[in-house]
Amino acid sequence: MFERLDPSGGRPVVFSFDGARVTGRQGESLAAALLAEGFAVLRHTPVSAQPRGAFCMMGACFECLVEIDGRTVQACMVAVRDGLVVNRLGPLADRAPGDNS
Amino acid sequence: MESEYAIIGGGVVGLSVAFGLIGLGRRVAVFDEGDGAFRASRGNFGLVWVQSKGLDQPAYARWSRKSAAAWKPFADELFRETGIDPALRQDGGYSIHMSEAALAATLADYERLQSRLGGERPFDVLGHNALKREEPHIGPKVAGAILHHQDGHVNPLKVLRALAGAVRRKGAGVRVNSAIRSVRPGRGGFEIESVDGTVHFAEKVVLCAGLGAPALAGALGFKAPVRPQQGQVLITEKIDRFMNRPTDCIRQVDEGGIQIGASKREVGLDDRETLATTAQLARDAVDVFPALARVNLVRSWAALRIMSPDGIPIYQQSKTHPGAFFVTCHSGITLAAAHARFLPLWITGDEQAPDLSVFSEARFDVRAA
Repeated sequence: MFERLDPSGGRPVVFSFDGARVTGRQGESLAAALLAEGFAVLRHTPVSAQPRGAFCMMGACFECLVEIDGRTVQACMVAVRDGLVVNRLGPLADRAPGDNS
Repeated sequence: MESEYAIIGGGVVGLSVAFGLIGLGRRVAVFDEGDGAFRASRGNFGLVWVQSKGLDQPAYARWSRKSAAAWKPFADELFRETGIDPALRQDGGYSIHMSEAALAATLADYERLQSRLGGERPFDVLGHNALKREEPHIGPKVAGAILHHQDGHVNPLKVLRALAGAVRRKGAGVRVNSAIRSVRPGRGGFEIESVDGTVHFAEKVVLCAGLGAPALAGALGFKAPVRPQQGQVLITEKIDRFMNRPTDCIRQVDEGGIQIGASKREVGLDDRETLATTAQLARDAVDVFPALARVNLVRSWAALRIMSPDGIPIYQQSKTHPGAFFVTCHSGITLAAAHARFLPLWITGDEQAPDLSVFSEARFDVRAA
């Protein structure tokens, strides 16, 4: 699995992923933090249900999709921060209502 | 280079006709302009749709329904030939209405057509609650829908790819990047000259060139009165099963995205989308399915429909140049099965040929007052 090059680098930040408490480092992307903490599979594809996880780490491949505030986002394009609530993508009806205004 | 039939146009219409002619044992060559062309076949919405067709021309309604009824065996044949599944789903489709008055008006149109066609009516009217049982995500503004049981949808890019593959596999040449400069009578047939100067001889020629047809039509004795009409399409990220059937403007494609369309703009040969149209399409879609407000759009594009003055196909054999045929329509996907299975009988003069006289260009002649 993946390890951090500098285990002592960055202030610890605590967020949740699918209800689990996860500790990342200040300055990491959400995708990097999830990979470092052992979350290789982030979702299953809607049609064929194949496992998918972070791959390109630069916003191009759209494989690392997760749900934040009811919307689908690329985990590699979000910085971790304290209190961030991240969920696995589920059926639309089960998602947090978010802000549709 | 010679062939019995030269098909000018390598889109869904030209390839469907080519596929059918090859099936009748004819030697065919297809000429395709290239990726710089305005390709309706690459930008269309992918419906196999009959409910709104031919409300004022029952022959067009019958022709569309005949094609829709032939789609399943046609899709199966494409799959057998190429291993490409066109992803046909044909268990009905909805026209969605946002007011009782609009629903009633459409129902009156459909009933008027059905009384002219005869037979059992192939559609049901669903009020809000009945529709909600079928499509749980509809929003409170939706008054109801007409569910037409012959409607459905495909993946139009897979249809195009399967057709091109099948035509090649059956031994016909498909010449790409082969825009045609001129088609002229010669040597007892037709000489077809590409922009690179290559000349191909064919005994007969079928002009299926979409918006490229008017430039070639005059020399063959056709009027080809077609114009572009822009339609814009949006597609969302892939989501879990959200809709059970397509509407005439919103469908969930086989790959999971929600496709939204149906804008109509008269802007000539301009296939650039506008933000205002994107916003309007998105607003209308959210009115029907409020949960779509939380779904990301990932792409949008515009493409150009090929519209005749009355929106109905044109099938015309040249009066001045026998052996030259002109085929054009706006609904190349819906009519693909008819173009592959029945139209070639008309082109070859088979006794089983359908009567297509109402689709002649003669209907656009100016009559003396």
